[in-house]
Amino acid sequence: MILDALIAGLVLVAAGWTLAARDAFAAVIGFVCFGLLLTLAWARLGAVDVALTEAAIGAGATGILLLFAVVRLRGGTEEVAAATPSPPQRIAAGLLAAAIGIALALAVMLLPDPAPSLAAPAMAELPAFGLGNPVAAVLMGYRGLDTLLESVVLVFAVLAIWSMAPDRRWGGVPGPRFPRAEHGPLSLMARLLPPIGIVIGIHLAWAGADAPGGKFQGGTVLAAMWLLAWVAGLAQAPAIASRRLRLVLVAGPLVFLAVGLAGMLVADGFLAYPPAFAKPLIVLIEAAMTLSVAAALALLIAGPPERAA
Amino acid sequence: MTIYGLLGAALVALGLYGLVVQAAVLRKILAFNLLGAGVFLLFGVVARRGAAAGLAADPVPQAMVITGLVVAFAATALAIAMALRMHQITGAATLAEPADE
Amino acid sequence: MSMLLQLLGLLVIAAGAACFALGTIGLLRFPDTLSRLHALTKADSLGLGLVALGLLPFAESLGEALLPFLAWGLVLLSGATTAQLIAERARR
Repeated sequence: MILDALIAGLVLVAAGWTLAARDAFAAVIGFVCFGLLLTLAWARLGAVDVALTEAAIGAGATGILLLFAVVRLRGGTEEVAAATPSPPQRIAAGLLAAAIGIALALAVMLLPDPAPSLAAPAMAELPAFGLGNPVAAVLMGYRGLDTLLESVVLVFAVLAIWSMAPDRRWGGVPGPRFPRAEHGPLSLMARLLPPIGIVIGIHLAWAGADAPGGKFQGGTVLAAMWLLAWVAGLAQAPAIASRRLRLVLVAGPLVFLAVGLAGMLVADGFLAYPPAFAKPLIVLIEAAMTLSVAAALALLIAGPPERAA
Repeated sequence: MTIYGLLGAALVALGLYGLVVQAAVLRKILAFNLLGAGVFLLFGVVARRGAAAGLAADPVPQAMVITGLVVAFAATALAIAMALRMHQITGAATLAEPADE
Repeated sequence: MSMLLQLLGLLVIAAGAACFALGTIGLLRFPDTLSRLHALTKADSLGLGLVALGLLPFAESLGEALLPFLAWGLVLLSGATTAQLIAERARR
């Protein structure tokens, strides 16, 4: 109880810091701390898969994205000061926010008391998938359509980011050219960490079938290892016109879609798994998806093409 | 687990306030992420309360939050790309209309 | 016997937490970036190692016992690298 109050207090302080910090860089650092503290809150709520995802994507990947951006968006303080709302407007916004917060807090206090739960029906059908992790069963089985659409959303997001490039840069290479680090701490870390990280990422994705983990967490670690090598100048970003890159990006959703359509022929309907082959099919989808999620996340962070191929 | 529910409500309030009041686009994106985190925490509270059948939390809201986290990250990435492009083209750091000369 | 070991483990974890606290005090009180980095990196590395050590009596299997040490090794590597990079930047 005290631990929960402490964690909640720290999360609130970190959120307040993110809003109140004067410098954008300090706000971003505050946001990364907020994300990591939120991971503790998720662990306390018993949602370990979500805690892993929050640490990897919510704090880590979003943090990298924001740091890349804050470095490039410097300046403009007078313009920002001019566009900031006046005190009466801020008070009105504060009252609106407080009203919504209070309404949500009341809703939390008034949640129905024998709390409705889908845990029992979820666990009842678990053996049919051959999975030990109920969250993985929900993601791949009961709500498989959501996960399929989510993987397509990632591809669309990458396309949308690529379309932010000027016309003449289409087909080019994302990001600045990072100087190759031959000596020094960055070079050491970029040579030492990726092999370990790749093993950890694949393990996370593989272990997600029976224990907390899964393709999103594992894919994020893989993407981070590539990003580390890229920032150290040890790996070059591929041109976005590269056929292999595009194939890796869409491999996951395509495999998922193919298995779903095959389910209409072989099993009950779209995204239904034939009972004998449920586990192998799920593992196949997860493997392809891990690659695609890693590629999509790395490309989302790398950004639109900036240099000619 | 009411503490985390109240925390979620507070984060939604803070995020909403920041989204409306902060002028710089990057800070709006940060506040939007705070708002999203608050909403996900509310889902988490519902999941925790639905603990049954030997699990620590109901797996269905957990799966929804994982999906939500990934999609929120994709949306943040797109928002940042748009903010950077806007800054590149117009030099603006806020969404304010340029004053007529 | 295992009760005693777990109590010992808790003491070691408390020592690790104290190291983290010291590092944070250094972060807040030292005058410039380099000394703050020094305090933070040293204290946090040591603190995490003590916490990993203190978790040994609570582990159920060999893998579970070694996992915090893997995490400690990774934090050592990334912490040292980051501190060096920040210090290089701060010196300019």
